[in-house]
Amino acid sequence: MAQTPATQDAQLDPRLVLHEMKKNGVTHVVWLPDSETNFLYQLMQADSSLQLVPVSREGLAFSIAAGLATGGEHPIILIQNTGLMESGDSLRGWTIGLQIAVVMMVGYRGWTRHGVNTDSAATYTERFLHAFGITYYLVETSADAPRISIAFEEARRTQRPVAVLMADEYHGFNR
Amino acid sequence: MFQTADMLRIFNAHRGDAIVVPGRGGRHWAQISTRPTRDVPVGDPAMGGHAGFALGLALARPADRVVLFDSEGDLLMSLGILPTVAELAPANFYHFMLDNECYATTGGQPVPNAKNVAYDVIARGCGYPRAFAFDKLDDFEASLPSILAQSGPVFVALEVVPEVENVPIGQRARWQTRTRDRVLADLRAELGVGR
Repeated sequence: MAQTPATQDAQLDPRLVLHEMKKNGVTHVVWLPDSETNFLYQLMQADSSLQLVPVSREGLAFSIAAGLATGGEHPIILIQNTGLMESGDSLRGWTIGLQIAVVMMVGYRGWTRHGVNTDSAATYTERFLHAFGITYYLVETSADAPRISIAFEEARRTQRPVAVLMADEYHGFNR
Repeated sequence: MFQTADMLRIFNAHRGDAIVVPGRGGRHWAQISTRPTRDVPVGDPAMGGHAGFALGLALARPADRVVLFDSEGDLLMSLGILPTVAELAPANFYHFMLDNECYATTGGQPVPNAKNVAYDVIARGCGYPRAFAFDKLDDFEASLPSILAQSGPVFVALEVVPEVENVPIGQRARWQTRTRDRVLADLRAELGVGR
Protein backbone atom coordinates (compact mmCIF):
# COMPACT_ATOMS: atom_id res chain seq x y z
CA MET A 1 0.00 0.00 0.00
CA ALA A 2 1.00 3.60 -0.44
CA GLN A 3 3.34 5.17 2.09
CA THR A 4 2.10 8.12 4.05
CA PRO A 5 4.12 11.24 3.28
CA ALA A 6 6.03 12.49 6.29
CA THR A 7 4.30 15.84 6.11
CA GLN A 8 0.99 14.11 6.77
CA ASP A 9 2.12 12.07 9.77
CA ALA A 10 0.27 14.38 12.13
CA GLN A 11 -2.98 13.61 10.35
CA LEU A 12 -4.88 10.41 9.70
CA ASP A 13 -4.45 9.07 6.19
CA PRO A 14 -7.81 7.63 5.01
CA ARG A 15 -5.91 5.10 2.90
CA LEU A 16 -4.75 3.54 6.16
CA VAL A 17 -8.32 3.43 7.45
CA LEU A 18 -9.43 1.64 4.30
CA HIS A 19 -6.51 -0.75 4.61
CA GLU A 20 -7.56 -1.61 8.17
CA MET A 21 -11.13 -2.27 7.03
CA LYS A 22 -10.04 -4.61 4.29
CA LYS A 23 -7.52 -6.36 6.50
CA ASN A 24 -10.36 -7.19 8.85
CA GLY A 25 -12.65 -8.53 6.17
CA VAL A 26 -15.21 -5.76 6.04
CA THR A 27 -17.79 -6.43 3.33
CA HIS A 28 -20.33 -3.65 3.90
CA VAL A 29 -19.99 -0.08 5.13
CA VAL A 30 -23.23 1.12 6.70
CA TRP A 31 -22.86 4.82 6.92
CA LEU A 32 -24.12 8.35 6.97
CA PRO A 33 -21.79 11.02 5.62
CA ASP A 34 -20.10 13.44 7.98
CA SER A 35 -17.41 16.02 7.65
CA GLU A 36 -14.72 13.59 8.78
CA THR A 37 -15.14 11.03 6.05
CA ASN A 38 -15.54 12.55 2.61
CA PHE A 39 -12.13 11.52 1.34
CA LEU A 40 -12.66 8.05 2.79
CA TYR A 41 -15.99 7.93 0.95
CA GLN A 42 -14.26 8.49 -2.35
CA LEU A 43 -11.82 5.68 -1.61
CA MET A 44 -14.58 3.31 -0.55
CA GLN A 45 -16.62 4.07 -3.65
CA ALA A 46 -13.68 3.17 -5.80
CA ASP A 47 -13.19 -0.16 -4.02
CA SER A 48 -15.32 -2.85 -5.60
CA SER A 49 -14.87 -5.21 -2.64
CA LEU A 50 -16.95 -2.95 -0.38
CA GLN A 51 -20.68 -2.39 -0.63
CA LEU A 52 -21.81 0.96 0.72
CA VAL A 53 -25.15 0.99 2.52
CA PRO A 54 -26.27 4.60 2.92
CA VAL A 55 -28.70 5.51 5.69
CA SER A 56 -30.55 8.72 6.39
CA ARG A 57 -30.65 8.37 10.19
CA GLU A 58 -27.86 6.77 12.15
CA GLY A 59 -30.13 4.50 14.19
CA LEU A 60 -30.94 2.58 11.03
CA ALA A 61 -27.33 1.51 10.75
CA PHE A 62 -27.49 -0.77 13.77
CA SER A 63 -30.37 -2.97 12.65
CA ILE A 64 -28.95 -3.17 9.12
CA ALA A 65 -25.57 -4.20 10.50
CA ALA A 66 -27.25 -6.80 12.70
CA GLY A 67 -29.01 -8.30 9.70
CA LEU A 68 -25.83 -8.35 7.65
CA ALA A 69 -23.87 -10.01 10.45
CA THR A 70 -26.61 -12.55 11.10
CA GLY A 71 -26.49 -13.45 7.43
CA GLY A 72 -22.74 -14.03 7.58
CA GLU A 73 -21.35 -10.73 6.28
CA HIS A 74 -18.93 -8.35 8.02
CA PRO A 75 -20.30 -4.81 8.26
CA ILE A 76 -18.75 -1.74 9.76
CA ILE A 77 -20.78 1.27 10.92
CA LEU A 78 -19.45 4.68 9.96
CA ILE A 79 -21.26 7.60 11.62
CA GLN A 80 -20.63 10.77 13.61
CA ASN A 81 -20.84 11.09 17.38
CA THR A 82 -23.99 13.20 17.07
CA GLY A 83 -25.72 10.34 15.28
CA LEU A 84 -24.36 7.78 17.70
CA MET A 85 -26.08 9.57 20.55
CA GLU A 86 -29.29 9.71 18.52
CA SER A 87 -29.04 5.94 18.06
CA GLY A 88 -28.99 4.81 21.68
CA ASP A 89 -31.93 2.42 21.60
CA SER A 90 -30.91 0.83 18.30
CA LEU A 91 -27.37 0.35 19.57
CA ARG A 92 -28.77 -1.28 22.70
CA GLY A 93 -31.34 -3.51 21.09
CA TRP A 94 -29.94 -4.49 17.72
CA THR A 95 -26.24 -4.85 18.42
CA ILE A 96 -25.62 -5.26 22.16
CA GLY A 97 -28.88 -7.21 22.58
CA LEU A 98 -28.27 -9.52 19.63
CA GLN A 99 -24.57 -9.89 20.46
CA ILE A 100 -23.39 -8.50 17.16
CA ALA A 101 -19.64 -8.17 16.69
CA VAL A 102 -19.36 -4.86 14.87
CA VAL A 103 -16.97 -1.94 14.85
CA MET A 104 -18.45 1.54 14.88
CA MET A 105 -16.15 4.13 13.40
CA VAL A 106 -17.36 7.35 14.95
CA GLY A 107 -16.39 10.82 13.81
CA TYR A 108 -15.51 12.63 17.03
CA ARG A 109 -17.00 16.02 16.23
CA GLY A 110 -15.73 18.74 18.52
CA TRP A 111 -12.82 16.79 19.94
CA THR A 112 -9.64 18.76 20.45
CA ARG A 113 -6.46 18.26 22.41
CA HIS A 114 -5.89 22.00 22.48
CA GLY A 115 -7.53 24.35 24.95
CA VAL A 116 -11.13 23.89 26.05
CA ASN A 117 -13.73 21.85 24.22
CA THR A 118 -16.64 24.04 23.19
CA ASP A 119 -18.81 21.46 21.44
CA SER A 120 -21.30 19.52 23.57
CA ALA A 121 -21.22 16.74 20.97
CA ALA A 122 -17.71 16.02 22.16
CA THR A 123 -18.58 16.61 25.81
CA TYR A 124 -21.04 13.74 25.90
CA THR A 125 -19.50 11.24 23.48
CA GLU A 126 -17.33 9.28 25.88
CA ARG A 127 -19.92 9.56 28.65
CA PHE A 128 -22.45 8.03 26.26
CA LEU A 129 -20.13 5.14 25.45
CA HIS A 130 -19.44 4.56 29.13
CA ALA A 131 -23.17 4.45 29.82
CA PHE A 132 -23.59 1.62 27.31
CA GLY A 133 -20.43 -0.17 28.39
CA ILE A 134 -18.88 0.24 24.95
CA THR A 135 -15.10 -0.01 24.71
CA TYR A 136 -13.54 2.60 22.47
CA TYR A 137 -10.21 3.37 20.85
CA LEU A 138 -9.08 6.86 19.98
CA VAL A 139 -7.51 7.20 16.54
CA GLU A 140 -5.97 10.57 15.94
CA THR A 141 -3.14 10.19 13.45
CA SER A 142 -1.83 7.61 11.03
CA ALA A 143 0.34 6.20 13.80
CA ASP A 144 -2.86 5.18 15.61
CA ALA A 145 -4.36 3.29 12.67
CA PRO A 146 -3.38 -0.18 14.00
CA ARG A 147 -5.79 0.45 16.88
CA ILE A 148 -8.58 -0.13 14.37
CA SER A 149 -7.53 -3.77 14.12
CA ILE A 150 -7.48 -3.97 17.91
CA ALA A 151 -11.10 -2.82 17.90
CA PHE A 152 -12.04 -5.48 15.35
CA GLU A 153 -10.33 -8.18 17.39
CA GLU A 154 -12.15 -7.10 20.54
CA ALA A 155 -15.52 -7.02 18.78
CA ARG A 156 -14.98 -10.57 17.51
CA ARG A 157 -13.80 -11.81 20.90
CA THR A 158 -16.59 -10.21 22.92
CA GLN A 159 -19.38 -10.41 20.32
CA ARG A 160 -20.22 -6.82 21.08
CA PRO A 161 -19.99 -3.46 19.32
CA VAL A 162 -16.70 -1.65 19.81
CA ALA A 163 -16.11 2.01 18.90
CA VAL A 164 -13.24 3.70 17.14
CA LEU A 165 -13.29 7.43 17.76
CA MET A 166 -11.88 9.31 14.81
CA ALA A 167 -10.50 12.11 16.86
CA ASP A 168 -9.63 14.54 14.16
CA GLU A 169 -10.78 15.26 10.69
CA TYR A 170 -8.52 14.05 7.93
CA HIS A 171 -8.01 17.59 6.82
CA GLY A 172 -6.89 18.67 10.28
CA PHE A 173 -9.46 21.41 10.82
CA ASN A 174 -9.29 20.85 14.57
CA ARG A 175 -5.59 21.55 14.79
CA MET B 1 -59.48 -5.19 7.34
CA PHE B 2 -58.61 -8.80 8.05
CA GLN B 3 -57.06 -10.87 10.78
CA THR B 4 -53.26 -11.11 10.82
CA ALA B 5 -53.39 -14.85 11.55
CA ASP B 6 -55.66 -15.50 8.54
CA MET B 7 -53.30 -13.57 6.28
CA LEU B 8 -50.27 -15.43 7.62
CA ARG B 9 -51.92 -18.80 7.02
CA ILE B 10 -52.43 -17.81 3.39
CA PHE B 11 -48.84 -16.63 3.11
CA ASN B 12 -47.52 -19.84 4.63
CA ALA B 13 -48.91 -21.83 1.72
CA HIS B 14 -46.73 -19.78 -0.63
CA ARG B 15 -43.71 -19.33 1.65
CA GLY B 16 -41.45 -21.88 0.03
CA ASP B 17 -38.02 -21.73 1.64
CA ALA B 18 -38.07 -18.00 2.32
CA ILE B 19 -36.39 -16.62 5.41
CA VAL B 20 -39.19 -14.93 7.36
CA VAL B 21 -38.78 -12.03 9.78
CA PRO B 22 -42.25 -12.05 11.34
CA GLY B 23 -41.95 -8.79 13.28
CA ARG B 24 -45.12 -8.02 15.16
CA GLY B 25 -46.85 -10.91 13.46
CA GLY B 26 -44.54 -13.21 15.38
CA ARG B 27 -47.05 -14.40 17.94
CA HIS B 28 -49.23 -15.88 15.19
CA TRP B 29 -46.41 -16.93 12.90
CA ALA B 30 -44.86 -19.06 15.66
CA GLN B 31 -48.02 -21.21 15.56
CA ILE B 32 -48.34 -21.27 11.78
CA SER B 33 -44.83 -21.66 10.38
CA THR B 34 -43.68 -25.06 9.24
CA ARG B 35 -40.04 -23.98 8.74
CA PRO B 36 -39.07 -22.50 12.13
CA THR B 37 -35.33 -22.75 11.53
CA ARG B 38 -35.76 -20.26 8.66
CA ASP B 39 -37.82 -17.91 10.84
CA VAL B 40 -36.28 -14.98 12.68
CA PRO B 41 -38.72 -13.98 15.44
CA VAL B 42 -36.40 -11.67 17.33
CA GLY B 43 -39.26 -9.97 19.14
CA ASP B 44 -38.75 -6.25 19.47
CA PRO B 45 -35.05 -5.51 20.02
CA ALA B 46 -35.64 -1.79 19.41
CA MET B 47 -38.74 -0.36 17.74
CA GLY B 48 -38.29 0.78 14.18
CA GLY B 49 -35.52 -1.60 13.22
CA HIS B 50 -37.19 -4.64 11.68
CA ALA B 51 -36.94 -3.33 8.13
CA GLY B 52 -33.25 -2.54 8.54
CA PHE B 53 -32.57 -5.98 10.00
CA ALA B 54 -34.43 -7.71 7.18
CA LEU B 55 -32.67 -5.55 4.60
CA GLY B 56 -29.31 -6.55 6.07
CA LEU B 57 -30.29 -10.22 5.88
CA ALA B 58 -31.41 -9.81 2.28
CA LEU B 59 -28.12 -8.18 1.31
CA ALA B 60 -26.14 -10.89 3.07
CA ARG B 61 -28.15 -13.75 1.53
CA PRO B 62 -28.87 -12.75 -2.06
CA ALA B 63 -29.75 -16.31 -3.04
CA ASP B 64 -32.45 -16.55 -0.34
CA ARG B 65 -35.82 -14.81 -0.43
CA VAL B 66 -36.28 -12.67 2.68
CA VAL B 67 -39.83 -11.80 3.73
CA LEU B 68 -40.52 -9.21 6.41
CA PHE B 69 -43.78 -8.54 8.23
CA ASP B 70 -43.18 -4.99 9.37
CA SER B 71 -45.71 -2.78 11.15
CA GLU B 72 -46.80 0.76 10.45
CA GLY B 73 -45.70 1.88 13.91
CA ASP B 74 -42.22 0.54 13.31
CA LEU B 75 -42.02 1.96 9.81
CA LEU B 76 -43.17 5.40 10.92
CA MET B 77 -40.23 5.46 13.30
CA SER B 78 -37.81 4.84 10.46
CA LEU B 79 -39.32 5.92 7.16
CA GLY B 80 -35.81 6.70 6.00
CA ILE B 81 -35.22 2.99 5.50
CA LEU B 82 -37.40 3.07 2.39
CA PRO B 83 -35.03 5.01 0.12
CA THR B 84 -32.14 2.91 1.39
CA VAL B 85 -33.97 -0.26 0.36
CA ALA B 86 -34.95 1.29 -2.95
CA GLU B 87 -31.42 2.39 -3.76
CA LEU B 88 -29.88 -0.99 -2.98
CA ALA B 89 -32.86 -2.76 -4.58
CA PRO B 90 -32.34 -6.28 -3.27
CA ALA B 91 -34.26 -8.52 -5.65
CA ASN B 92 -34.85 -11.03 -2.84
CA PHE B 93 -36.56 -8.61 -0.41
CA TYR B 94 -40.33 -8.69 0.18
CA HIS B 95 -41.51 -6.02 2.56
CA PHE B 96 -44.99 -6.69 3.94
CA MET B 97 -46.37 -4.22 6.47
CA LEU B 98 -49.18 -4.79 8.95
CA ASP B 99 -51.26 -1.62 9.36
CA ASN B 100 -53.62 -1.78 12.34
CA GLU B 101 -53.71 2.02 12.67
CA CYS B 102 -52.61 1.93 16.29
CA TYR B 103 -49.97 1.00 18.84
CA ALA B 104 -51.67 -2.24 19.83
CA THR B 105 -49.09 -3.36 22.37
CA THR B 106 -49.42 -0.19 24.42
CA GLY B 107 -53.21 -0.12 24.58
CA GLY B 108 -54.37 0.83 21.10
CA GLN B 109 -53.53 4.51 20.88
CA PRO B 110 -53.68 5.69 17.24
CA VAL B 111 -50.50 6.22 15.25
CA PRO B 112 -50.18 9.73 13.80
CA ASN B 113 -52.84 10.41 11.15
CA ALA B 114 -53.77 6.77 11.50
CA LYS B 115 -56.51 6.50 8.89
CA ASN B 116 -55.01 8.72 6.24
CA VAL B 117 -51.55 7.43 5.47
CA ALA B 118 -51.01 5.61 2.16
CA TYR B 119 -47.92 3.56 2.90
CA ASP B 120 -47.81 1.97 -0.52
CA VAL B 121 -47.71 5.45 -2.05
CA ILE B 122 -44.88 6.43 0.29
CA ALA B 123 -42.92 3.30 -0.64
CA ARG B 124 -43.43 3.94 -4.33
CA GLY B 125 -42.44 7.57 -3.87
CA CYS B 126 -39.25 6.46 -2.15
CA GLY B 127 -38.36 4.34 -5.14
CA TYR B 128 -39.79 0.88 -4.55
CA PRO B 129 -40.51 -0.36 -8.06
CA ARG B 130 -43.62 -2.24 -6.92
CA ALA B 131 -45.98 -1.44 -4.06
CA PHE B 132 -49.45 -2.73 -3.22
CA ALA B 133 -52.14 -2.25 -0.58
CA PHE B 134 -54.84 -4.67 0.49
CA ASP B 135 -57.82 -4.30 2.81
CA LYS B 136 -59.65 -7.44 1.72
CA LEU B 137 -58.27 -10.90 2.37
CA ASP B 138 -59.67 -12.38 -0.84
CA ASP B 139 -57.84 -9.80 -2.91
CA PHE B 140 -54.62 -10.46 -1.03
CA GLU B 141 -54.95 -14.20 -1.51
CA ALA B 142 -55.57 -13.82 -5.22
CA SER B 143 -52.62 -11.46 -5.73
CA LEU B 144 -50.03 -13.08 -3.49
CA PRO B 145 -48.67 -15.63 -5.99
CA SER B 146 -48.01 -12.96 -8.60
CA ILE B 147 -46.47 -10.63 -6.01
CA LEU B 148 -44.05 -13.33 -4.91
CA ALA B 149 -43.31 -14.21 -8.51
CA GLN B 150 -41.92 -10.74 -9.13
CA SER B 151 -38.45 -9.73 -8.13
CA GLY B 152 -38.01 -7.42 -5.18
CA PRO B 153 -37.97 -5.08 -3.58
CA VAL B 154 -41.72 -5.21 -3.21
CA PHE B 155 -43.80 -3.37 -0.62
CA VAL B 156 -47.21 -4.64 0.47
CA ALA B 157 -49.38 -2.72 2.94
CA LEU B 158 -51.98 -4.86 4.72
CA GLU B 159 -54.87 -3.44 6.71
CA VAL B 160 -55.25 -5.74 9.68
CA VAL B 161 -57.57 -5.83 12.68
CA PRO B 162 -55.92 -4.38 15.80
CA GLU B 163 -55.24 -6.87 18.56
CA VAL B 164 -54.98 -4.48 21.44
CA GLU B 165 -53.21 -5.59 24.58
CA ASN B 166 -54.10 -3.91 27.82
CA VAL B 167 -52.61 -6.48 30.17
CA PRO B 168 -49.46 -5.21 31.89
CA ILE B 169 -46.40 -6.37 29.96
CA GLY B 170 -45.14 -8.55 32.76
CA GLN B 171 -48.44 -10.46 32.89
CA ARG B 172 -48.81 -11.17 29.17
CA ALA B 173 -48.64 -14.71 27.88
CA ARG B 174 -45.29 -15.42 26.29
CA TRP B 175 -45.65 -16.45 22.65
CA GLN B 176 -41.99 -17.01 21.91
CA THR B 177 -41.04 -20.65 21.66
CA ARG B 178 -37.28 -19.96 21.50
CA THR B 179 -34.95 -17.45 23.05
CA ARG B 180 -33.54 -14.73 20.82
CA ASP B 181 -30.09 -16.34 21.02
CA ARG B 182 -31.56 -19.68 19.99
CA VAL B 183 -33.39 -18.09 17.06
CA LEU B 184 -30.19 -16.61 15.67
CA ALA B 185 -28.17 -19.76 16.35
CA ASP B 186 -30.79 -21.88 14.55
CA LEU B 187 -30.80 -19.56 11.55
CA ARG B 188 -27.02 -19.50 11.33
CA ALA B 189 -26.94 -23.29 11.47
CA GLU B 190 -29.64 -23.48 8.80
CA LEU B 191 -27.70 -21.13 6.54
CA GLY B 192 -24.29 -22.57 7.35
CA VAL B 193 -23.08 -19.25 8.71
CA GLY B 194 -20.45 -19.03 11.42
CA ARG B 195 -20.09 -16.21 13.94
